[in-house]
Amino acid sequence: MARFGFFGEGLPGIDLDELKGKLIVLEGTDGVGRSTHIGLLKQWLENNGHAVLDTGMTRSPLAGKRLKQAKEGHTLGAITMSLFYATDFADRLENEIIPALRAGFIVLTDRYIYSLMARAIVRGADPEWLREVYGFALKPDAIFYLRVNIDDLVTRVLQSTGFNYWESGMDLHMGEDLYESFVRYQRWLLGEFDKMVETYGFDIVDASGTIEEVFLRLRHRIQSIVEHNGDAR
Amino acid sequence: MAGAMKMYGKHRFPGRLFVVEGIDGSGKSTQLILLKKWLESEGYVVYFSEWNSSPLVRDVTKRGKKKHMLTPMTFSLIHATDFADRTEHDIIPPLKAGAVVLADRYIFTAFARDVVRGVSPRWVRGLYEFAVKPTVSFYFRTPLDVAMKRILGGRDAIKYYEAGMDLALSDDIEECFELFQGKIIDQYENMVHEFGLVPIDAIRSIEEQQAEVRRIVMQALEGTKKTRIRRWLDLASLAKDSRV
Repeated sequence: MARFGFFGEGLPGIDLDELKGKLIVLEGTDGVGRSTHIGLLKQWLENNGHAVLDTGMTRSPLAGKRLKQAKEGHTLGAITMSLFYATDFADRLENEIIPALRAGFIVLTDRYIYSLMARAIVRGADPEWLREVYGFALKPDAIFYLRVNIDDLVTRVLQSTGFNYWESGMDLHMGEDLYESFVRYQRWLLGEFDKMVETYGFDIVDASGTIEEVFLRLRHRIQSIVEHNGDAR
Repeated sequence: MAGAMKMYGKHRFPGRLFVVEGIDGSGKSTQLILLKKWLESEGYVVYFSEWNSSPLVRDVTKRGKKKHMLTPMTFSLIHATDFADRTEHDIIPPLKAGAVVLADRYIFTAFARDVVRGVSPRWVRGLYEFAVKPTVSFYFRTPLDVAMKRILGGRDAIKYYEAGMDLALSDDIEECFELFQGKIIDQYENMVHEFGLVPIDAIRSIEEQQAEVRRIVMQALEGTKKTRIRRWLDLASLAKDSRV
């Protein structure tokens, strides 16, 4: 039997039996350190002889560039934007993730359908509809949800890049300024993520510690997932 | 804050939405243009919705097609994105304002061609659930050989995806096109009952077809707003006012 499955109506023309690799997702809101950990995990896995593909949102050759421009101009409506993201995701799933899994890679993805759904839901898209649309996504081997509370998140963002327009949900007109809007928007997003924990079987990782602490927690859990493939050395 | 998303059949607008569907060469665009002329002459506020989406989405579609980068799934999704933009910008606002919106091709085009490409019928119907349900959807029913004669006569070269070349039904583009269109017809026929498409026998004369279309549209227009006076009268009264 195939190890992988689709959430709903799957992709046409894919033989799930051929997929041998592992699909590992890091989820969490903006500024929680996902990309840092992807980088560290990739290095660690490669050191142990695993081939790794790291991928993330809005990076597809088909739609990635235009999607970034669409965000800057913010002229597209909520449904259009959701579907634009879904197109970008489908392109990466079919042309990057699935071929890598077929070749036996460990695929580390910085966000997956969950972030796309959470962001679309707070912008008014119907949750049930989104679940159907993303029915073509592969069920991952593990979903690590890097969770922080809102106060830690604010501190962290202030220390790094500061508040930006999208991460503050300014398109939703939720507050008078970036700070107020950021707090409301991110709190709402965290609420949506929390709702998904059970439905999708998120593995919660407390992301409030230092980078080293969080990385050790992740490494420990991922170890057991890749174990039965065996390390190269 | 963003409002709740309305689903198919749940929108309530004062305007009316009429759509035409059918394979290439069925004559549906000709019929829609004639309908538009007539509605305008009758004093209705008419809005013609074409597939002119935002340049950003259009660029992706064009590039994907030119470079043959599209799979059945991304083909389906990028067209849905395009259609969503058309719905949010081009269809819903005029319907809210009480206009008569005319659409050349609608969700049924996507259902037909995506399913022929192997996408799940159930999934693609769910994908388009945000679409506004048309007041009337006309389906211009044409035998394949009639449509083929019309097309191969006077038009530009058939394009790769248009002919369904990605399905590799045949190496010859014209033959592939014909096979592909045949499968599309089967899909339309299935949808006549499913969605209550109104079939128009498209081998009859243009005039006969138009008369039938107008009769049906007329019935569906009851209570729709018109501009008070026809345009030429409007201009005349404007000229008079300016003399005062």
